[in-house]
Amino acid sequence: MMRSLYRIQAIFFKELVQLKRDKMTFGMVVMIPLVQLMLFGYAINTNVRHIPVALVDHSQTAISRVLVQTVEATQVVTVTQKYFDLKSAQAALEQAQVRAILIIPHDVSQRLARHRSVGFGLPASSDEETSRPIAQWLVDGSDTMIAAAIKGLKNMPLAELLSKPANRGTPTFEVTLFYNPEQRTAVNIVPGLLGIILTMTMIMFTSGAIVREREQGNMEMLITTPIRSIELMLGKIIPYIFIGLIQVFIILSLGYFVFNVPINGGLGALFSVTLLFIAASLTLGLVISTIATNQLQSMQMTIFVLLPSILLSGFMFPYEGMPKAAQYIAEILPATHYMRLIRGVILRDVGFTDMMPDIYWLIIFTAAGLTIASLRFKKNLD
Amino acid sequence: MSKGSDFDLAIQAKQLSRRFGDLKAIDRLDLNVQKCRIYGFLGPNGCGKTTAIRMLTGLLKPSSGEIQVLGLSLPKDAEKLRLRMGYMTQRFSLYNDLTVKENLQFIAKIYGLAGKKQTRRISELLSTYGLDQKKQQLAGSMSGGQRQRLSLAAATLHKPELLFLDEPTSAVDPENRREFWEQLFDLCDQGTSILVSTHYMDEAERCHKLAILEDGAKRADGTPDELMSNMAAQVVEIEADGLRQLKQRLIALPDVITAAQLGSRLRVLVKNTVHEPLVFLQHNTKLEADKLNIVRPSLEDVFITCTGGGRQ
Repeated sequence: MMRSLYRIQAIFFKELVQLKRDKMTFGMVVMIPLVQLMLFGYAINTNVRHIPVALVDHSQTAISRVLVQTVEATQVVTVTQKYFDLKSAQAALEQAQVRAILIIPHDVSQRLARHRSVGFGLPASSDEETSRPIAQWLVDGSDTMIAAAIKGLKNMPLAELLSKPANRGTPTFEVTLFYNPEQRTAVNIVPGLLGIILTMTMIMFTSGAIVREREQGNMEMLITTPIRSIELMLGKIIPYIFIGLIQVFIILSLGYFVFNVPINGGLGALFSVTLLFIAASLTLGLVISTIATNQLQSMQMTIFVLLPSILLSGFMFPYEGMPKAAQYIAEILPATHYMRLIRGVILRDVGFTDMMPDIYWLIIFTAAGLTIASLRFKKNLD
Repeated sequence: MSKGSDFDLAIQAKQLSRRFGDLKAIDRLDLNVQKCRIYGFLGPNGCGKTTAIRMLTGLLKPSSGEIQVLGLSLPKDAEKLRLRMGYMTQRFSLYNDLTVKENLQFIAKIYGLAGKKQTRRISELLSTYGLDQKKQQLAGSMSGGQRQRLSLAAATLHKPELLFLDEPTSAVDPENRREFWEQLFDLCDQGTSILVSTHYMDEAERCHKLAILEDGAKRADGTPDELMSNMAAQVVEIEADGLRQLKQRLIALPDVITAAQLGSRLRVLVKNTVHEPLVFLQHNTKLEADKLNIVRPSLEDVFITCTGGGRQ
């Protein structure tokens, strides 16, 4: 037992020395989380703003100009082009100069007067037969996010248009936003990014580290020594646990100081679920390293895992909105479970009992991965 | 030479075979390697030397046959053997990005050598193999000879009873090679049994005993002297002009195994079935008798006689 620990320690320190000399990898440990967090924290914004649109104003009246101003005041769209005919506007849409076209008809004032949203009394104007939409949007519907943002304008109130006091009326539902009341995207992105960056670096580093030994011929020497496969693997992955924790520290402190992402849960819970996830990712890296024969292959397999981890784990799109089949795949990935856990801890301060199913899965995944890797890693050349 | 009882054998293999798909890498190899001796595997590239060594170290399972190494039967007891044997791979297999000292410390730890013992053993090895001045240097930045000495130091760090060396001198200049062999004899003198593979004749000649391998089969074995005196051919050197043409004419004869030019002489191997090789050659070359001489065979002649059949 002592000898075993001693051998693990030998691998561990050797790995640290090699890592210290490998300036590139060492730099990646710090730079990957730093650059990606700054990039995604600022760049990813699910609240769509300032979509460029074209205007075709057939009425050319004061009221149409006020209408355009009101629409722009929502900040959803910005009129970048103006055309007199629909044809050239459509050409602009086709060339992707604008994402939508707003067409204001000749009779916009008559339509407005009868429209309910303007709020002139009750007479027959509210009648569906006489009341018609005021203007029309032609939208490039290929990007669903943009389409949805413009669709959101469908029923916008226009009371302010005629300087009347806003008549908001009573909403059907009262909505109160918990956990992220200002609806800042960073609050959701930063904890999620933790899962993505750890998935990427942890799997890549471990799979690469072992495949490198094989590629450079060191494995041929190692297997003639008394070291056991499990000792070699543990010695190899322990240094990366610390690296994972350094990355977590970088991401969370940046998230806290730059993006004001609060850490509502306890640090103990945060630490334990993160360690579990790191362990799960590392064992996945180990399994990859027993399959790949060179570093290029291990890199390809890392990306094979990384892509679904980004797209299916709930990092980009809500898990609930995915089809059943995709959900099953997502359930296999450790990133999905970690995404739930870490958002739960950081944003909602969830108790351990509610996290148990996800924690169990990560434990099972780690144990299974370690078993598969040790079984596959043979100490001979057959 | 006395055959020696099984007790004195470091390695014993019976009818050892290994197939990779259809290819027979090793074909029914019998091997008896005595303790405290240097045993050589001589053979061309791809003859199965490395495969044989890998099976004898327990890295590769034989398709059939029995192996006893240091009284342990392989591949069953491979793990036990690891503590008692050292293996120097053909390719440099220590870490290029660690220093000489760090590499040795790593190996020492793997073999469970700690504290003062470790320090003492490492400084001992550094001075034995002339690496004192280089101990802070990265292994990757050293010359072929230095790296090879480091490999030998690492392979012998735990004082193994049996040492396997797979083409240890392929990247080393002649001077370093001589020094290296001196160190092997030192180890042998201290009681280490050594199995070394090579394709250099001069190295093979230094072995106590050797086996000539070709296409995975053993063509001959014995001491270098035995091999040379039991050779199935005689060597005749011819001094004459127009040797290139003469050579073409001679090798066309069925009783001539091969002919090779050495400067102004032609070295001809004639099969033992010819009782009077000088008369036979005189008859075929129409040269005067004093131009032909029977000479002592070299190991290279033995090698060519044994393996020539496989060249076609």
